[in-house]
Amino acid sequence: MNLLTHTGRYFLMLGKVFRKPEKFSVYRDMFFREVDLLGISSFGIVVFVSVFVGAAVAVQAAFNIDDPLIPDFYIGLATRASIILEFAPTMISLILAGKIGSNIASNIGTMRVTEQIDAIEVMGINSASYLILPKILALLFINPLLIIFSMLFGIFGGWLVGEFTPIYSAVDYLSGVTMEFEDFHIIYALIKTYFFAFVIASVSAYQGYYTKGGAIEVGKSSTRAVVYSIIVIIVLNYILTQLLLS
Amino acid sequence: MIRVEDIHKSFGDNHVLKGITTSFEQGKTNLIIGQSGSGKTVFMKSLLGLHEVDSGQIFFDDRDFSKMSFDERKDIRKEIGMVFQGSALFDSLTIEENVIFPLSMFTNDTIEQKRERANFCLQRVNLENVNERYPAELSGGMQKRVAIARAIAMNPKYLFLDEPNSGLDPKTAIVIDNLVQELTKEYQMTTIVNTHDMNSVMEIGENIILIKEGLKAWQGSNDELLSTNNPDITDFIFSSKLFQRIRKASN
Repeated sequence: MNLLTHTGRYFLMLGKVFRKPEKFSVYRDMFFREVDLLGISSFGIVVFVSVFVGAAVAVQAAFNIDDPLIPDFYIGLATRASIILEFAPTMISLILAGKIGSNIASNIGTMRVTEQIDAIEVMGINSASYLILPKILALLFINPLLIIFSMLFGIFGGWLVGEFTPIYSAVDYLSGVTMEFEDFHIIYALIKTYFFAFVIASVSAYQGYYTKGGAIEVGKSSTRAVVYSIIVIIVLNYILTQLLLS
Repeated sequence: MIRVEDIHKSFGDNHVLKGITTSFEQGKTNLIIGQSGSGKTVFMKSLLGLHEVDSGQIFFDDRDFSKMSFDERKDIRKEIGMVFQGSALFDSLTIEENVIFPLSMFTNDTIEQKRERANFCLQRVNLENVNERYPAELSGGMQKRVAIARAIAMNPKYLFLDEPNSGLDPKTAIVIDNLVQELTKEYQMTTIVNTHDMNSVMEIGENIILIKEGLKAWQGSNDELLSTNNPDITDFIFSSKLFQRIRKASN
């Protein structure tokens, strides 16, 4: 199948996903289950990665502006900008595409090859909507929160370096972090996050939903889900940046 | 009653169903038999609307299912219970949640009422103390029985079973066969069983349809099957020595 066919089928699937739910209460329960399964369970990895990358970004900033004429608070300023504008929304979304995308694709793919999706369809339930809509809504709800936590912990990682190493002063770092704060940077990051969350959920679900065959194909779908989600996120990142910042 | 008129189904150049016309009677166990690749599964999935037929009509008690949209079919689907070959139980749900699932989607019953119904259905298939377990913790035969319990949870008018005895030992297979027949009589369902199991054919085959190369080759009861000289039946059923002896003894 070519790209055009996949694109068409993807949008047809989305058409099925956004139909009126059979029963609101069941979808509500599914939504909270997905928030827990996909979002809350990702909190640990997001915090871990953010603290260490935030620290590394701060050290790199310090290394690059190692000039007595440039004050240390620029390290905080540069770290904050890097984390808020790019690292938290984009890099964390890429990590989540790996963790959550493979989970969604393998989960739905396994349901497809074991006829669980057929069982749902036979009952008269819109399987695409039942399985995919709660996942999309859950990620649209939880990913922005994860990204905000990522920003906070990334900046915290930079502070840790200043506090516990002689590379730069934590006080200077914090004054840089709070200097000339642009609200729009947060809005820009969150707009990107919403798009990326939708891509992770829908592209991965598409790969899982149209899995054919057995266990090997589920594995392949899972890999494709991660690869295509990453590709779409990378391209979309450039387009959104161009649109929002230029 | 389910009536099928001249249904055709192709996948690309592969013409799988080539014009099947038949009927499945209410209160009877209707069996679809045939060699692997004869089109049995495609036929059953077409009846269920999981495959759209290219032409022909499918009537569920005079309601033309083949011409309905997805939403229009919902009412009929609520009257259908289906047991898949691999049981198709939801891995992430407990046994009780599996049985409750269709009730949660289509009824406004309280959780107590749903639990009561689930317990009744599980007891009806002779399963007890499994409510909180997960499908992976049960044997193949128990999973099949849970799938039957889920299928009858909504009091279906039509019950479909795809290879219900595959992977089961002969003793468990007989238990499943008897259960299917009992439930069919008890609820006066139109039951359609897709099977390879010739024991099932002899035990519960009240209306047997042989599919060969996408066409209906023969239709009759298990008693008629023993006396027919139809070459397709002789070729398919009586190729084994055991069934040759059974036929000889019955004649």
